[in-house]
Amino acid sequence: MRVPALIALVLGSFPSLGLAATDKPPLLTGESLPRLPQRLVEMALEALKAPDWLVSLASFATAAGTVVAVFLSAFALLSLIERKTLARAQNRLGPNRAGIFGILQPVADGIKMLTKEDIVPTKAEWFLHLVAPVMIVIPSILALGVIPYGREWLPVPLELGLVFFFATGTMTEVAVFIAGWASGSKFPMLGAMRAISQMISYELPLIISALSVVMLSGTLSLADIVAAQSGYHLGFIPAWNILTPWGFVAGIIFLIAANAESNRCPFDLPEGESEIVAGHMTEYSGFKYALFFMGEYLGLFAISGLGITLFLGGWQAPLPGLGFVPSWFWFFGKLAAIIFFFLWVRTTFPRVRVDQLMRFAWLCLIPIALLTLPVAALWHFTANPDGSNGVLSWLLCSAILAVPFIIITVIFNRRLAPSLRTYHYAE
Amino acid sequence: MISNPFMSPAAAPASVPELDEDQLLHVSLGPQHPSTHGVFRMNVVLDGETVVSLKPVFGYLHRNHEKIAEGVTFLSSMPFTDRLDYICPLTNNWAYAQAVEKLAGIEVPERAEYMRVITAELTRLINHTAFVGFFLGDMGAWGTALMYAFREREKILDLFEELTGARMMSNFMRFGGCRNDLPAGWAAKASTLVNEFPRFLDELENLIIGNEVLIARTQNVGALPKEALINGGITGPMLRAAGVAYDIRKAEPYGIYDRFKFRIPLGTTGDCYDRMMIRFLELRESLAILRQALDQLPEGQFINPKSKIRNFKAPVGEAYARIEGPKGELGFYLISDGSTNPFRYRIRPPSFINLTLLEDMCLGLDLADVVIILGSVDIVLGEVDR
Repeated sequence: MRVPALIALVLGSFPSLGLAATDKPPLLTGESLPRLPQRLVEMALEALKAPDWLVSLASFATAAGTVVAVFLSAFALLSLIERKTLARAQNRLGPNRAGIFGILQPVADGIKMLTKEDIVPTKAEWFLHLVAPVMIVIPSILALGVIPYGREWLPVPLELGLVFFFATGTMTEVAVFIAGWASGSKFPMLGAMRAISQMISYELPLIISALSVVMLSGTLSLADIVAAQSGYHLGFIPAWNILTPWGFVAGIIFLIAANAESNRCPFDLPEGESEIVAGHMTEYSGFKYALFFMGEYLGLFAISGLGITLFLGGWQAPLPGLGFVPSWFWFFGKLAAIIFFFLWVRTTFPRVRVDQLMRFAWLCLIPIALLTLPVAALWHFTANPDGSNGVLSWLLCSAILAVPFIIITVIFNRRLAPSLRTYHYAE
Repeated sequence: MISNPFMSPAAAPASVPELDEDQLLHVSLGPQHPSTHGVFRMNVVLDGETVVSLKPVFGYLHRNHEKIAEGVTFLSSMPFTDRLDYICPLTNNWAYAQAVEKLAGIEVPERAEYMRVITAELTRLINHTAFVGFFLGDMGAWGTALMYAFREREKILDLFEELTGARMMSNFMRFGGCRNDLPAGWAAKASTLVNEFPRFLDELENLIIGNEVLIARTQNVGALPKEALINGGITGPMLRAAGVAYDIRKAEPYGIYDRFKFRIPLGTTGDCYDRMMIRFLELRESLAILRQALDQLPEGQFINPKSKIRNFKAPVGEAYARIEGPKGELGFYLISDGSTNPFRYRIRPPSFINLTLLEDMCLGLDLADVVIILGSVDIVLGEVDR
């Protein structure tokens, strides 16, 4: 079989990729702006009478390129915004020398990282040492491909988008462990072992909390999950999953688990700076080190985007009558809010210890996450025929979730974490 | 294999399993490590992440301070004492000046005594606020608390700069007094700072002491019983956190400390949380002393006019003088043979001696706990290694 035919076969297996989008909206509206490069490439190739498989391939490549370009610039911007936000919280100014408000700082950082010496320790497995940072970036970019960013902006409309997302997310763990093991050093090894145990533990609540959404939407396609959250209750309350009892709890669990999954404070044990130097990144320098950061930030974007898709209505507007704003604007607005929340947490919390981290996942998050599944089913079966839920259904579902929550967080936690003390004085 | 008679029952593992030597991980924490507070090294043996053995390695910052001091005049050592515990140079100056005064029998004018108390207590404010910042930094709070603490520290350092000409390396005390008088308006500025400081303390306490992660990380971590601490010669906030009311300002009042009303805050368990809280409470007591001292500050001479600066010779004899430094008992032991140089010059540094029980505190705990226990001891390597 010739290669073009093989590519056409592979591409044809995606239901609505590239050209397959049948209805063609006007070229230059706010809504279709992110697809403009893709459409232009298609039009140019069609005008040149290129074969279909080539048009399809080019269209796919451009769609993927758009996402990568958008999120790499977002990564550059976030590296600056993070430092500025942390500085603001810490009575500092943050970077302000490169360009106005330090806007060129990412450029300067990039140049610095590229020109630094790339050090491979003598005891390192040089090939795995090289592969690990690449392996950490690729899954994050792949995961970004299946998220619906706007009404018309979904790079790869997979039917099993959610499964694909978690499958790629798991690859990150392997990469982190390879990085730690291949460095041939002790701090990276400790960091890698911490990372493996932490990421596996927190993947469970992450997936379980996402499952409740899958149950009620009845689909694994992320576009359909967003569609299932369209409409407004009482005319103005958005029908997002976060605004239901089970969705609220699952959403918060997802947020916490996502924070841990992307190794951010207070769960940044794998790179716990004050304890194990930089964890799995200790023996990396130059651009490989930058790749770890890129992977971390892209992963943060991806998991926040998934959270928005599952619980915050994806690209849906928060109020009716806002349809004139491009839908991707809402997506990125929500993304900015979630990222800011992560930064805020990072700058205010100390780090937890390994055993506390594990205990929190297994004894607190996972039981409550499991509980959201039957509650979501109850919510479904107590719904009115028009799909809305009555007061009784609200109360019942909230109560079922609240009681174990109180038991676990208040009573259980009080025994584990001793409270404030009183002190006396000697004259 | 783990033998730690002092370990509190809460922290002790239920049973000590037989350890396979092949499964142990030997890690050298430091001398280049983000949270060893300088160039301190701990050779740690880990079973998983549990500490099986911990051997401190000192001396990377050894500067031969004590031997150098024997080769130079008494006064020439004064600037060196700034570099011992560089967070709080003025208490170091005072301890050394006091030792020489004791040796040579020099009287100190009253105004100079007040100036010494004021600068020493301001130094204590710096040390304890900076401690809280560094401690939270060790816990991974990434500098937020540190920056809040340093904002206030800057204000005190500004006062020091106006008074001594240097923010940190003050070289301010002289035998029989201080180098110069308070600049005009300095006492008023200090009063303003002292009056505004409680607001900052309230803010910092609000932010920190109730944090659940902090409580979970610090409570019942690194506690030792009183007897172990006393046997180890531990002094300062670490000892008082365990409930021993030992403060040299009370036990053997030096300078004019017997004129002020203040209390000694005492902890109960002596774990890392108590050590932090004791420092918070001591800050309030220091503010009380400062308020009294600034109110009573008399006019007069800032240095005894009879004391000689040039060609100073101490009579033959020996003297040991100690003060309650922010980190514990800071003592200077001097032997004079009647010449211009000390015959023997020896420092009792609180950081170094408080560090000797580090292994006992850390055994059986997590690697992450080692870092905060080391932080709670509050060391400065300039003083540990000298």
